[in-house]
Amino acid sequence: MDNIAIKADKLTKRFDDFVAVDAITFDVKQGEIFGFVGANGAGKTTAMRILCGLSKPTSGSAFVAGFDVYKDAEKIKKNIGYMSQKFSLYEDLTVMENITFYAGIYGLSNKEIKERGAELLDRLGIKNEAKTFVASLPLGWKQKLAFSVAVIHQPKIVFLDEPTGGVDPVTRRQFWDLIYEASDRGITVFVTTHYMDEAEYCGRVSVMVDGRIDAFDTPANLKKRFEVDSMNEVFYQLARGAKRKAD
Amino acid sequence: MNAITLDNITKTYNKGSILAVDKATFEVAEGETFGLIGPDGAGKTSIFRVLTTLLLPEGGHATVAGFDVVKQYEKIRNCIGYMPGRFSLYQDLTVEENLYFFATIFNTTIEENYELIRDIYVQIEPFKTRRAGKLSGGMKQKLALCCALIHKPVVLFLDEPTTGVDAVSRVEFWEMLKRLKHQGITILVSTPYMDEAALCDRIALIEGGKILSIDTPSDTMKKYPGKLFAVKAANMHQLLKDLRSYDGTRSCFTFGDAMHLSFKEDTYADVGNLTSYLSGKGHQHLEIAEIPAGIEDYFIRITEKANG
Repeated sequence: MDNIAIKADKLTKRFDDFVAVDAITFDVKQGEIFGFVGANGAGKTTAMRILCGLSKPTSGSAFVAGFDVYKDAEKIKKNIGYMSQKFSLYEDLTVMENITFYAGIYGLSNKEIKERGAELLDRLGIKNEAKTFVASLPLGWKQKLAFSVAVIHQPKIVFLDEPTGGVDPVTRRQFWDLIYEASDRGITVFVTTHYMDEAEYCGRVSVMVDGRIDAFDTPANLKKRFEVDSMNEVFYQLARGAKRKAD
Repeated sequence: MNAITLDNITKTYNKGSILAVDKATFEVAEGETFGLIGPDGAGKTSIFRVLTTLLLPEGGHATVAGFDVVKQYEKIRNCIGYMPGRFSLYQDLTVEENLYFFATIFNTTIEENYELIRDIYVQIEPFKTRRAGKLSGGMKQKLALCCALIHKPVVLFLDEPTTGVDAVSRVEFWEMLKRLKHQGITILVSTPYMDEAALCDRIALIEGGKILSIDTPSDTMKKYPGKLFAVKAANMHQLLKDLRSYDGTRSCFTFGDAMHLSFKEDTYADVGNLTSYLSGKGHQHLEIAEIPAGIEDYFIRITEKANG
């Protein structure tokens, strides 16, 4: 159990008679980069909200960083980081103000905020931009800053919800360098994406279709099983059969 | 006649301090599907807003369907369809009400141009009494396309229609565009997904407000200078580090399950030398093959240059 970061067993979420998440079972190892892909409406967001302690499941079980999603949602929130493409940083705060704000929310002391903030600025090479408003940073810097802020409290797990949508090709790849570094430091990375080339970079990938996990394995094994050359084709074969997309 | 022309169009924000579009010049022929390919912040949306007469350019001239974007904006508004990047229909009207609303605004009826939208509309017709705000992403996108088409526009502007849309729905969306093209509609479409570029007749690559390249997708790929290799090994993360520190490496980036490697000079492009270097680093299951460059390879190459 020690080296398991997330464990879900027949996890289910219903909204009235609609089964958004349908008895999904999977586990994510500590330090693993886990790709969570699926078509629009497949149930990814609902499942992710449960794992982040923001929503209670209807049935089944799930443990995140060893904590029960039914009983210990608050403890889960303290042990995870979260970042999405849609919302991550406050544009009208400066770089340092964003760092201070998030680190404070995550419960770091003033001393820790100062130390880790300086270390973060140093690592990203943006010391001179500490007092710059986030709005005027290039998109690539914003992405890297958002990610670094999401892990400033050294969480066991970081959830990344489509972190690279719309980002230029070079920045998109540099972002994955950060993901690998975090993984090397032992942080578990749970990431969703619509770029199927990025699914290839994950240790293991689960593909959700109509609320179910229809495939769950390493990219190499999935490609072998579906007899195709790319994750894009694996995804296409699985998601093409989805019934829910018409809804 | 060209359906769209831009001649040195410049657009700035914040009293000139932010240069969003820098002397953009290109033409789109009648009936052509033309793609603006670039990341967020490249200036794509600003170009769309100038052409759809929602923003005034600071410099240059542009025409749509032969009309000037500044002097004849009312004529342009009557004959174009525009699907902005952000969902802009009325969330509290139903599917049917939204469509009826847009038809009426343009002095037409749903019946009159039903042929044009039929293929797309039948997919959302079962939900025609549902409020637009309650539709899924893919359904919203189809309704927005129907509303942009209902007055039979001469030119269709689609600003990032597939952003945030899954791979299967993206394929379906491009199938719809292909059918519209056969009806003779000129389409200007933008996307951050490089793989979609191949589906356009011609593409412009754009970054930092500048148009960097205009060509057909296949000619764009042919412009890649020098040789390009795909390299695979058991430990890909280590492979990236080792390839980047190799003497002859110009650049190396991950592309799905392989590294794409280019050399400073093609004289370094010696598979034997590279193989022994990587084997010496302990790499196993090495695969090295010369490959043709894709649009994303070319985009990375020219933006690297642009960034110095």
